[in-house]
Amino acid sequence: MADDDLEAFRADTRAWLEQNCPPGARGVPMRPENSVWGGRRPYWPSDDQRLWMERMAERGWTVPDWPKEYGGGGLSKAEAAILAQELKRIDAASPLQSLGIWMLGPALLEFGTEEQKRKYLPDIANGRVRWAQGYSEPGAGSDLAGVQTRGELRDRNWVVNGQKIWTTYGDKCDMIFALVRTEPDAPKHLGISFLLLDMDQKGVTTRPIELINGDAHFCETFFDNAVTNSENIVGERGQGWSVAKFLLGHERAMIGQASGAGMGKPLEQVAKDTLGVSGLRAEPALRQEVVDNLIDSWVMQIAMERMRDQAKAREMNPHTPSVLKLVGTELNYARTELIGALTGTDTLTMDDADTVRWLSAPANCIAGGSNEIQLNILAKRALELPEHK
Amino acid sequence: MALVLTEDETMLADAARGLLDRLAPVTAFRTLRDSTDTLRYDPALLNSLAENGLVAPNIPEENGGVGMGVAAAGVIIEMAAHNLTAAPLVSAAMAAELIARLGTDDQRDKLLPALISGELVVACAFEEASRHDPSLLDTTARNDTLSGDKTAVIDGIGASHMLVSAKDGDATRLFLVDTSVEGCHVEPIQTIDGRNFASVVLKGARGEPVGQGDVSEAISMALDIGRALLAAELLGISDQAFTMTVSYLKERKQFDRVIGTYQALQHRTARLYARLDLARGVVLKALRSIDSGSEDASQLASLSKCVMTRLSRDVLAEAVQMHGGIGVTDEFDLGLYFKRARVAGSLLGDDRFHAERLAQLRWQL
Repeated sequence: MADDDLEAFRADTRAWLEQNCPPGARGVPMRPENSVWGGRRPYWPSDDQRLWMERMAERGWTVPDWPKEYGGGGLSKAEAAILAQELKRIDAASPLQSLGIWMLGPALLEFGTEEQKRKYLPDIANGRVRWAQGYSEPGAGSDLAGVQTRGELRDRNWVVNGQKIWTTYGDKCDMIFALVRTEPDAPKHLGISFLLLDMDQKGVTTRPIELINGDAHFCETFFDNAVTNSENIVGERGQGWSVAKFLLGHERAMIGQASGAGMGKPLEQVAKDTLGVSGLRAEPALRQEVVDNLIDSWVMQIAMERMRDQAKAREMNPHTPSVLKLVGTELNYARTELIGALTGTDTLTMDDADTVRWLSAPANCIAGGSNEIQLNILAKRALELPEHK
Repeated sequence: MALVLTEDETMLADAARGLLDRLAPVTAFRTLRDSTDTLRYDPALLNSLAENGLVAPNIPEENGGVGMGVAAAGVIIEMAAHNLTAAPLVSAAMAAELIARLGTDDQRDKLLPALISGELVVACAFEEASRHDPSLLDTTARNDTLSGDKTAVIDGIGASHMLVSAKDGDATRLFLVDTSVEGCHVEPIQTIDGRNFASVVLKGARGEPVGQGDVSEAISMALDIGRALLAAELLGISDQAFTMTVSYLKERKQFDRVIGTYQALQHRTARLYARLDLARGVVLKALRSIDSGSEDASQLASLSKCVMTRLSRDVLAEAVQMHGGIGVTDEFDLGLYFKRARVAGSLLGDDRFHAERLAQLRWQL
């Protein structure tokens, strides 16, 4: 598209946003409890945010780059980038967040049948159905391909038995996409299918798990003869691992970037506000750690800029998501620890946002494939180091 | 500009790599290092590089250059580092920038084409302290006559000319000194890396002013160019040492298994891979920001030098450790990279210097 057309698109978008983004949907701090997640039992942080979500969904702009026929905005990459810039300009809240948008949608667009796309994508786009991810199990964490939840085909239904864990917001979700062992006799990685199940049925029970940061977003979900129609399989039987791997790339880049971007007050500001420049200089060891973290954060920021440029030039290094996940989560952990060091004993309470961020940091080093798994992946795929037989 | 190489830069990198592999493999450097000749570069090789447009590609087109910016110089220097090519490329790019920026028409016409063709080698004599300290300047200029001691002059041996910084009253000025003039004494220093390194004693040496009045800003910029280019060199060195190490891990057997199958080694290697992937973007960003005249160019030069000095130190230490005994022999090439990384890391400020510079310049801490 010519630059003139893009500039016209920018002007139209800006005008529409000015008119349609209500005041209460601007300047909302980006936290899970302030966000619209949709679903059959939706929670609306404010009336304005509800209106905002509905208006955006109507234009397909909750998922701007999905095709129009599936409820998306049909925007090109360049147009979607402009929309994102314009949203940022007015500090608009994200109208709708969901695992459906980030995870299942891309999987269906890549692997789903036409029927599945028409059935599920529009409800993700307009926030009517909220999806959970059923990957990990008590016995399958890092060794995700070792999932034991069983699925058997009886009549025209998959009958599912087993347990999933770390199902984010599982207690608030309507549907779940799950990795289920359907081919018990096949080799480990070839015996898994990617199934879609309704969670609102007798055979599905979900229980929240409280974490050290006080959150109870992660749940465990039990399947006791849960059923789903035989058509609700994404990809072929036994192909679930390919679908899962495709999605894990998305998840990794997301975790790494979310961790890298400094949430809350920037570290250098905390340093100045708490100790002042002379106070910090009186503690050279602490100052050095602060400076090193700032240096590493800047490097991370440049790496994300480079990843976007590489994606545009179609020169993306396929291993970069693992790199960013590894580095971003460790950096975030160290940064939140340093903020704690600077602010001292006054902030050792559960109502301190920075302390809660620190308490959340270790989970990021574990989720989406632990950082040790990322190192394994880099060693195997990027460096092609041999495995011990 | 995007943090990916342009088509032209990629072609340049490929051309440089091909030429250097042909004319200057590591054995060429080893021969040079072991020769008794005090000249620490090969003039014939410099001519070949010059003929192929690989010397000072940042010289603007109106002065007979290719005008591809400092980014192109960085790409070439990174490639040359893979083979430890000993050629005055960093000093050429620094001097070129200063002459193009400050020189009179006459000076530009006289010097720049000769720099590009490799006919002249112009070194920059700025440093006066053993530990990098650009604020220190005791060399004086009286009626264009210079006196003082300079050290750590990159490519000083065999340089036909030097750009010398000096205090003239309160002003920081720059002078072009023909190294054959009376009162200019160049002392070669044999550094561990076998490369071109000198100190200079000036006792009433005649200089020709380059630029008018105080030129400290231009000198700062030249230093930043040098830092970003040394970062590019350290990237090439680290990349090569890392590649050698990964290959070795796939070959070397102990306890009846290839040592690359050990997870302890795999994870250490994977961490270095991650850091190298990040560092590539930092080096390119630093070079691009100089070319675009961006406000934070100086900070990015410090970032690149800081990051690459640290990373090259860690990569080379791990490379030697993982190679075991052979890694500490003179016969094996890895040691040559190890030594060069130490020297290039120290030049124009190490990681500690640049971390401190960033703390003050960028974060006001």
